[in-house]
Amino acid sequence: MTLANNTTITPELVRQHGLKPEEYDRFVKLLGREPTLTELGICSAMWNEHCSYKSSKKWLKTMPTTGPRVIQGPGENAGVIDIGDGDAIVFKMESHNHPSFIEPYQGAATGVGGILRDVFTMGARPIAAMNALRFGAPSHPKTRHLVSGVVHGIGGYGNSFGVPTIGGEVNFHPRYNGNILVNAMAVGLARADSIFYSKARGVGLPVVYLGAKTGRDGIHGATMASAEFDGKAEEKRPTVQVGDPFTEKCLLEACLELMASGAVIAIQDMGAAGLTSSAVEMGAKGDLGIELDLDKVPCREDGMTAYEMMLSESQERMLMVLDPAKEKQAEAIFRKWDLDFAIVGKTTDTLRFVIKHHGEVMADLPIKQMGDQAPEYDRPWVEPKTPAALGDVPPPEDLRAAILKIVGSPEMCSRRWVWEQYDSLIGSNTAQIPGGDAGVVRIRGNKAIAVSTDVTPRYVEADPFEGGKQAVAECWRNLTAVGADPIAITDNLNFGNPERPEIMGQFVRAIQGLSAACTALEFPIVSGNVSLYNETNGQAILPTPAIGGVGLIPDLSRMATIPFKAADEAIILIGGHGSHLGQSIYLREALGREHGAPPPVDLAIERRNGDLVRQMIRRKAVTAVHDISDGGLALAVIEMALASGLGASLAALDHRQLFGEDQARYVVTTSDAGTVLAAARAASVPAVEIGTVTSAATLNIAGGPSISVADLRAAHEGWFPAYMAGEL
Amino acid sequence: MKSAVVVFPGINRERDMMLALETVTGQRPVAVWHAETELPSVDLVVVPGGFSYGDYLRCGAIAARSPIMQAIKARAAAGLRVLGVCNGFQIITEAGLLPGALVRNAGLRFVCRQVRLTVENNRTFFTNRMQTGAIVSCPVAHGEGNYICDTETLKRLEGEGRVVFRYAEGTNPNGAMNDIAGIMNETGTVIGMMPHPENMIEPLHGRTDCRPLFESLLAA
Repeated sequence: MTLANNTTITPELVRQHGLKPEEYDRFVKLLGREPTLTELGICSAMWNEHCSYKSSKKWLKTMPTTGPRVIQGPGENAGVIDIGDGDAIVFKMESHNHPSFIEPYQGAATGVGGILRDVFTMGARPIAAMNALRFGAPSHPKTRHLVSGVVHGIGGYGNSFGVPTIGGEVNFHPRYNGNILVNAMAVGLARADSIFYSKARGVGLPVVYLGAKTGRDGIHGATMASAEFDGKAEEKRPTVQVGDPFTEKCLLEACLELMASGAVIAIQDMGAAGLTSSAVEMGAKGDLGIELDLDKVPCREDGMTAYEMMLSESQERMLMVLDPAKEKQAEAIFRKWDLDFAIVGKTTDTLRFVIKHHGEVMADLPIKQMGDQAPEYDRPWVEPKTPAALGDVPPPEDLRAAILKIVGSPEMCSRRWVWEQYDSLIGSNTAQIPGGDAGVVRIRGNKAIAVSTDVTPRYVEADPFEGGKQAVAECWRNLTAVGADPIAITDNLNFGNPERPEIMGQFVRAIQGLSAACTALEFPIVSGNVSLYNETNGQAILPTPAIGGVGLIPDLSRMATIPFKAADEAIILIGGHGSHLGQSIYLREALGREHGAPPPVDLAIERRNGDLVRQMIRRKAVTAVHDISDGGLALAVIEMALASGLGASLAALDHRQLFGEDQARYVVTTSDAGTVLAAARAASVPAVEIGTVTSAATLNIAGGPSISVADLRAAHEGWFPAYMAGEL
Repeated sequence: MKSAVVVFPGINRERDMMLALETVTGQRPVAVWHAETELPSVDLVVVPGGFSYGDYLRCGAIAARSPIMQAIKARAAAGLRVLGVCNGFQIITEAGLLPGALVRNAGLRFVCRQVRLTVENNRTFFTNRMQTGAIVSCPVAHGEGNYICDTETLKRLEGEGRVVFRYAEGTNPNGAMNDIAGIMNETGTVIGMMPHPENMIEPLHGRTDCRPLFESLLAA
């Protein structure tokens, strides 16, 4: 970009900045004059969908965000919840979809870096990371490359930074062929009385630039993430940022030292739209103006223009308002960590965002209208179509073959190939690694938190409202299944183009479903991110509102895990037999059909059944617990066997009972079936003894096949490594 | 048993190591910053795991040339015990305290998983509470743990009983020569290993197999 700051703004230039003609007119009216080039750039950075939430805000405001444990809800860098003893958990999930498709390693790596920064900006040390990944069909020519790059990028950043990655999701579906989803979540631990916020306070105080230098990378990243792809997505590679986990690790340590020193009045990381968005947010929230002198900004290369500096998305940078009395002390901390520390501006009482470069004013904008008073739309939407009735689903011709096929399918097979590339142990506090119902990390003593990410996009596609409910319910169930009290969630709403009424319809109904479940389960949303325009050549992704939930385990000695523990224990199905095969894995993998309605979620039953299971875990009445989700009862029991090496002998079960994906259900084992069944009866929860754990490592279904755990394991562990090696 | 844990920028398992040392030996180690030029008076220096300087040039190469390493080298030459784990093993090998090198895993990917280790030599300051031939579980988490050296060095390491730990039961995660997971110097005062015993010392970790390694420090 070599255009002068006083370049005449043409309609073509406006279009290149992703602004609609009417948005540009609004901007000109706001200024009362034509903008400068830098101003146009700033406007494009702040008013794009990614930063302004202009299509989604109306609906986001309707979601339940409060609760007795909520310290900070949406609107800050991350949500904050109270977990007692003066401890707070800070967490958020965020997408890096568009950049990860263009450059999978750096896209995914900087996605992890960005979300870690959101968490430690608030004064929390990251203690866990998770990720939710969606790729195209395995047969699509780009999929293997994207899986390889994304997983490598997540590991490359998180492992080096030093946070344990304790779980996540990986799905494949042709609808992600042109738009993969990379949603990264970070969880941090802070003291409840020392949380740091982005709202600036005080006039005439120094605004300080911290961290790495500014380069020309990532310019227009947020604008890129606010548009559909066409066939030339790869040409946008220069808009992808480059991550440096080493600098981020140093920045973490320096920031935590700085915060402990009392020098920080407000702090904000530079994420999407970099210096622009961090400065505007701090000023707008604090009802203050900000004046920046770009001559002071540490730059990686010479001759950067104001436009480039304001739009750069170089990583590992922070902006803060400093207590001037602590300047020397603050600077010394950053010098110790070999990081940049530069006073680049000051807070003012003018409510203007003023940018100076070489002594000239390059931009002078009203800060509130750039930030929290950006445009907002009420986009038209239509009611999603009701899925056609499914009719009877036949049993498989060969049950043994069907089970092995499902267990070894891309959707259901082991993700070991993925999570072994993530350091899940660093910190010495990991109590459950990936592969169970939730990741668990110790806080201290016997206190721990559980974390799970969930959504079943094919359910949301078929029925956005029920699918939205199900995403929250499954997350709540997974946390319950390890023995945690579910506390709150973060959401990452990935959808197509909101300018299309049918996509907006999916979005609206999914939000209503999420909200209904959050309310019924007292599981509020404390942070989140919206990623729209996940479309290529008019083909949208499956609607994917990914949910990341956090729960509290007060006593780790009463935590449940999925492996069978001992032969001869009873296997009990909590929640009763299933029969719902619409949108099931069985239907898709064994019969090749994606039809019908998803299983409905009765939230009162969900809560009743879950509360019983949690109570039995705490009473040590059960020895192993697994929730029932994709693949139904059969897959839950098989996963429990695979995790233990023990077998199971099951009663006669038909294909609907084996593969039905009815909600609010769990498999538990116990040495005292009588107690568990009596407790279930007392709570009016259907419970059925369906079999026994066996020392013989075989899955036996009465009147049906007998399959060795070795064969199940070969199928389950086989697909991913073989696919990635190019053998499939 | 007084110990120090060295912290370079980018090191990230120093907390794990300090926790393990304190839990088992009862004494909190001193953290020593890389820019220091002198070591405190201690019985053991531990160089922990992580990604010192991002491992950007070559794993351990930059840290090996930092001020504190000169002090560590001098004290090691005088017989001070030094333990390097993971990145620490890479750093002390780069610094010339141990022979050979750690290169990219044969599978070309970072690997975090449980492996099995045979204790090959129990006459060391870190294994004296174990039986030679004992097999323990221990996690690894690294991308560059593939131990290599020249034939002559390998012959000497094997012949002089200086292979301290070997990957057992087919669990070599990185292609290391002779399944080497940990070695020591000629005098037995410097030990380097890729696996993370500090992550396998309490019931939370699933097993406590590596606790005796830290207990060995008390007897040494």
